[in-house]
Amino acid sequence: MRSFQQHLADFNARGIRLVAISVDAADVTRRHCEKLGFTYTFLSDPKAEVIARYGLLHQGAGPQGTDIARPAEFLIDSTGAIRWVNLTESITVRARPEEVRKAVDELKLASSTGG
Amino acid sequence: MKRRWNLLLWAGFLFVVIGLVSYVPIFSLFPLTRDFPWANLSLFGVGAVLLGKGLGKAFGEPKLYRGKVFGPILTALSLAGIGFFCYGLLFVARQLPSGATAPRVGQKAPDFTLPDQNGKTVTLAELLTSAPPGGPGGKANGALLIFYRGHW
Repeated sequence: MRSFQQHLADFNARGIRLVAISVDAADVTRRHCEKLGFTYTFLSDPKAEVIARYGLLHQGAGPQGTDIARPAEFLIDSTGAIRWVNLTESITVRARPEEVRKAVDELKLASSTGG
Repeated sequence: MKRRWNLLLWAGFLFVVIGLVSYVPIFSLFPLTRDFPWANLSLFGVGAVLLGKGLGKAFGEPKLYRGKVFGPILTALSLAGIGFFCYGLLFVARQLPSGATAPRVGQKAPDFTLPDQNGKTVTLAELLTSAPPGGPGGKANGALLIFYRGHW
């Protein structure tokens, strides 16, 4: 989260939106974003419906046995096609902004209309 | 003659404690020390060496150095702490569902409609076709979806 904020300008310059998604309520996330200075888009999926639709449901892993998302990153082009996926094997290991930026450049997402 | 304090034992224990408490507030902030806890394991290593040397003094020269009682206690606490740390970070943290049913490269990303942090409802289609602020010429070339565990 923090490392992507630090590289936000790289993604903005390439026309790639950063969109973080979790089960947290919108107001909780807003306060957190204000506190930590996160300015990209954070979406709230409290019932984990979209998380389930993306095959990422981690059942019972939240407080009081609630369902949360397993961490994952998807790079989607402007036509809506998935171009790059990262499914980490450990909650401490996440995609790094540098590797996603490299994928954006290698897939030439920022220099074509995609597809 | 009063025996000397066995500072090596306490220094070793201190290294282990610092190694235990520093991951979340410090080393987890940087990918290099978060992805694999090198820094913490190094601190544990230094702590273990110091504890070992301290124990050597406590049991090798018991007339000169203290530590025959608290040496083993600090060492046992350290080993328990290191074990707990490694179990959590190298085993529990890896107990994730495989994501085998997640959409793959080349597939269409499932659409969605969700509220953002300002309460504004957005769809994936809108996110993909509206340029991010600060981009040159208002280009919209896609989006990176970052699913995270939440409960911050």
